[in-house]
Amino acid sequence: MFARLILRNALRHRLRTALTVLGIFVAILAFGLLATVVDAWYAGAEGASAARLVTRNAVSLVFPLPLTHREKLRQVEGVSRVSTANWFGGIYISPRNFFPQFAVDAQTYFDLYPEYRVPEAEMREFLRDRKGAIVGRKLADTYGWKVGDVVPLKGTIYAGNWEFVVRGIYDGRDAGTDTAQFFLHWAYLNESVRRLLPRRADTVGVFIVGIDEPGRAADIARAIDAQFRNSLAETLTETEKAFQLGFVAMTEAIVVAIRLVSYLVIFIIMAVMANTMSMSARERMPEYATLKAIGFRPARVAALVTGESVAIALAGTVLGIAATFPVAERFGRAMGSLFPVFRVSLDTVLLQLACALVIGLVAAFAPAWRAARVGIAEGLRA
Amino acid sequence: MSAMPAGRRGGLPFSYVIRNLFARRLTTALTAGGMALVVFVFATVLMLEQGLRSTLVSTGSPDNVLVIRRAAGAEVQSAVDRAQAAVVESHPAIAHGLDGRPLASREVVVLISLPKRGTELASNVVIRGVGEAGVALRPQVHLVEGRLFRPGSSEIVVGSSVRDRFAGAAPGDSLRFGTRDWRIVGVFDGGRSGFDSEIWGDADQMMQAFRRNAYSSLLMRLNDTMAFEAVKADLEGDPRLTLEARRETVFYAEQSETLARFIRILGLTLSVIFSIGAVIGAMITMYASVASRTAEIGTLRALGFQRSGILRAFVVESLVLGALGGVLGLGAASLMQLVTVSTVNWQSFAELAFSFRLTPGIALAAVGFGTGMGLAGGVLPAARASRLEIVDALRAA
Repeated sequence: MFARLILRNALRHRLRTALTVLGIFVAILAFGLLATVVDAWYAGAEGASAARLVTRNAVSLVFPLPLTHREKLRQVEGVSRVSTANWFGGIYISPRNFFPQFAVDAQTYFDLYPEYRVPEAEMREFLRDRKGAIVGRKLADTYGWKVGDVVPLKGTIYAGNWEFVVRGIYDGRDAGTDTAQFFLHWAYLNESVRRLLPRRADTVGVFIVGIDEPGRAADIARAIDAQFRNSLAETLTETEKAFQLGFVAMTEAIVVAIRLVSYLVIFIIMAVMANTMSMSARERMPEYATLKAIGFRPARVAALVTGESVAIALAGTVLGIAATFPVAERFGRAMGSLFPVFRVSLDTVLLQLACALVIGLVAAFAPAWRAARVGIAEGLRA
Repeated sequence: MSAMPAGRRGGLPFSYVIRNLFARRLTTALTAGGMALVVFVFATVLMLEQGLRSTLVSTGSPDNVLVIRRAAGAEVQSAVDRAQAAVVESHPAIAHGLDGRPLASREVVVLISLPKRGTELASNVVIRGVGEAGVALRPQVHLVEGRLFRPGSSEIVVGSSVRDRFAGAAPGDSLRFGTRDWRIVGVFDGGRSGFDSEIWGDADQMMQAFRRNAYSSLLMRLNDTMAFEAVKADLEGDPRLTLEARRETVFYAEQSETLARFIRILGLTLSVIFSIGAVIGAMITMYASVASRTAEIGTLRALGFQRSGILRAFVVESLVLGALGGVLGLGAASLMQLVTVSTVNWQSFAELAFSFRLTPGIALAAVGFGTGMGLAGGVLPAARASRLEIVDALRAA
């Protein structure tokens, strides 16, 4: 009975209600997309394993480490596996087609990353072909690559025009795995570097260190750095997660701005909704007075206003959440390999619902207060 | 409305519009407030993009030419060895200083990571080793504290943003990199350019410390800036060189391209989405305004006001609402000029500090955007008001 009254009230001004629902729909959709963009920013850190450390040059990432560190690294207690990766930084046709490329130690790298699933036959082909490459599923889909295709890359760090043959495509173990990377043989890269820039040969960008006991990560990292203190290439070792978060922190200002803006949209829609509710309440003051005259308590009248507000907000939100999924998918595809992982999380949906509730309650506050307080005689006279 | 008969042909007076908005203060404030927030977002995004662009554009001087390795997008990736540098410096079009030496600076650019002040997080800072002409080639840079580094020593000077944003980067402190301690002896101001976010020292000392045998880039001034195309053709056609030459201004403008485009696309998309919400808000307000004044509109029509006059009054009302939102939003956005943002520029991979910058063009665009939202929200309700029949409208009372 009470719910029907609320529903009837909400549908009295169909145009106004429809416009308000549309506004909330747009706001909730925008909020969901922005939250998903922020999530995508952190995807690298989310996908990081606790069983891996990253050792880099202490000065900064642009300085390489000598390959000779590798044997010493392996001797550090607690280290089970060591692999290497170099940022290749090639351009595929145009700088707009950005995706990360790593020259890796092919024999060991994929043992450290069990979440990259490469079919065994393709892996064998990759190991056999020095000019081979393993690419992620998302990357292959974006650029339409198949096994056997030749991918030309123009080097920016390693000058020249390079060609690699796609020998395998890896899938992610779970939805959060980054499948927009490109892996090539470090040995092949090093061969060319030795010929052209002998001084830069036999160096690697970072060492990926596998450990057996993630609980001892901090101790092991300290032990590694101690090993190389006062050498020509001092190291900085951190967990993979900290390493990835370091990248996020560098562009933190952008993430903060996106977060702020996503709450701003909720504010905007709150103003719109509050406006709608206060207008409705103003028009209906005589009715509220009548309801009171026939025995409704003030709290009941206030609940009537609040219920209507929350109902409208929820209607817009449910539509908004329903639209978030297809829109996010289309947006993610349009962004291509820029956001390797782009999916709407459960947290985002819950936040959207929470926003709806807050919008509905806040918008109803002033009108409900006024409706509850209106004197019968005064309201009827209006 | 005392001057009624005379004012009738000319439509309703402006004060009628203002009084209407004032009579419904709460609704007016909420609607204009919503639009102000949208205009705020719109204006700050444009200001941020403008700030970023002008910071990087003012980093370059139009007379200067920057030479880097072919296909290296940034100085950090580039390499110019000594032999090549000597060939480039001998080009006859390069200007010479009073001492008779060419106005050219061989530079080493590397990144180091330093902890930011107030957090434990580190970010990348550009370390630039400059040649003797390096400071003279950049007239916008001047010392604000201490002195310049002495050539041939392990001394460095830091940009003003670096001093403010990073821990342990004030004069008197030392930074350790390249297995050496470098003493900070001064602070320079880059005139709101990208150099504010850099650390400078002696190029050859840096080469030794980082064990490099190649410079990163070569900056030089031409005798005649018009000769640039000819110099570029000479250098790029020389079989001994694997380099490319660019005007310094063009180079830095390109450095801002990706980040500026990202900010612009994200910001404008958001503004458009948000404006839908605000337009809906304006529409609801104006429809309600029409509905609650039906009898009044009927009366006005009966008095002899034309449909076009009614239409105009309501359109003007929503335009004023929009303009109010625009001005409020712009006012809030102009306060953002006090804020400095720092983020890593994706192309150079180094931290860059820049501020929001308001230009007359942006101010005009922001108020125009707000007014446009008001117009979009007001046209349909105004049309409904003007179409009301006199008899129906009066009966509704």
